[in-house]
Amino acid sequence: MSSGRKQGMFIILLTFILSLIITLIPLPDLVRPFRPPWYTLVLIYWAMAHPEKVGVGFAWMLGLIVDVMTESLPGQHALTLTLVAYIVVKMHTQIRVFPLWQQSVAVMMLLFLEPLIATWAMGISRQPAPPSLYWTTPIIGMLLWPWIFIILRNVRQKFQVR
Amino acid sequence: MFGGHNQKHLKAAHDMLAIAVYPLHVIANLPLQISNWTAELFSTKSQLRDENEKLKRDMLLLRAQLQKFAALENENIRLRDLLDSSLKVKDRVLIAELISIDLDPYVHQFLINKGGSSGVFEGQPVLDANAVMGQVTHVTPYTATVLMITDARHSLPVQILRTGQRAIAVGTGDINRLNVPHLPNNTDIQAGDLLVTSGLGGRFPPGYPVATITEARRVEGKAFIDIVATPNAQLNHTREVLLAWTVTAAVQPEEAPEETAIEAPENDPDEPPVTPITEDQ
Repeated sequence: MSSGRKQGMFIILLTFILSLIITLIPLPDLVRPFRPPWYTLVLIYWAMAHPEKVGVGFAWMLGLIVDVMTESLPGQHALTLTLVAYIVVKMHTQIRVFPLWQQSVAVMMLLFLEPLIATWAMGISRQPAPPSLYWTTPIIGMLLWPWIFIILRNVRQKFQVR
Repeated sequence: MFGGHNQKHLKAAHDMLAIAVYPLHVIANLPLQISNWTAELFSTKSQLRDENEKLKRDMLLLRAQLQKFAALENENIRLRDLLDSSLKVKDRVLIAELISIDLDPYVHQFLINKGGSSGVFEGQPVLDANAVMGQVTHVTPYTATVLMITDARHSLPVQILRTGQRAIAVGTGDINRLNVPHLPNNTDIQAGDLLVTSGLGGRFPPGYPVATITEARRVEGKAFIDIVATPNAQLNHTREVLLAWTVTAAVQPEEAPEETAIEAPENDPDEPPVTPITEDQ
């Protein structure tokens, strides 16, 4: 039982590490602004499926790692991901039973938090406002959600993450 | 929440996390490295020969220029000695490679593969083959983060090469654009002027090219000229950068100029004649 639980956590961490790596992999300049926030999508999935494992504290740690990893303002991603995790954990029983398209819309709303807080942080640190393309990532994330959901659900069932 | 921005008390935690994410950086960098490696593996003999010839030609040209430069440098030092004014003359540089990963897309910075273990320090100037690129903002043992001169938070003391007029080049957040604010309307400045580092502020050694003025518009009724400059460094395309140490003339060992030009980190363990730049500047 306890080894199974450990294995479950290991699988969860592995999916997060993968999502961080594909966040870092360089893209051509043309598609760079459209890079979806992979780690947020993975976080939303696990916070919905296993809120007792991946909660607010986990999201905060993940956010700090993302901050250091992408050298953005310390605390910026930590704050957004904590908020996202809080909302998802709070509402996970509702989001779980949504049909997939409705889930996608909810995910898009959650993803909008990130650019919102990021632009606020940029304002505080006196950086110029990002171009309007910046606001397209939540929509990309929404379109990707069904695939992320299905893949991660398969992973969860295959490795019996409980 | 945003407290650690440029304060020191969170640095230890930040450093620890940075070391922890280093493997992620390395893994994310792998695909490009592998593709470079395979490209090298499958390059034909004739390609290599062509490249070799081109490099030899380039080297000959550069050596010829260097001869002239060495003579001029000696003359300059002699004249300055006569004037009794000391000047930091020679710089030591180290080549670092970019770790090609995407960081926060709206902050102009990049990661290099040399860090504290090679003597890199915070505030160190970073150059490419053409001009100044930026300065080191974060150092971990094996990597360092470089903030580019075009980042909106970066300002650089410069000087117009033609007239000696001092100014500040401020980043705009646009990779091809620097602003030069607060120059009065009667300043002698025109498109095509070269901006070089002035050395004021103590971070950057004086005399390195920075940017070329592309536009100097005088608007009637405004006190200052609207000046736009384009960085000379290839901020977007460079794979390799130079880290510069300023070596004071007094501790500079006697050696031929071409030997001081580029040194690997391994063969100078006994050479820390580096002037560390203090935080308060």
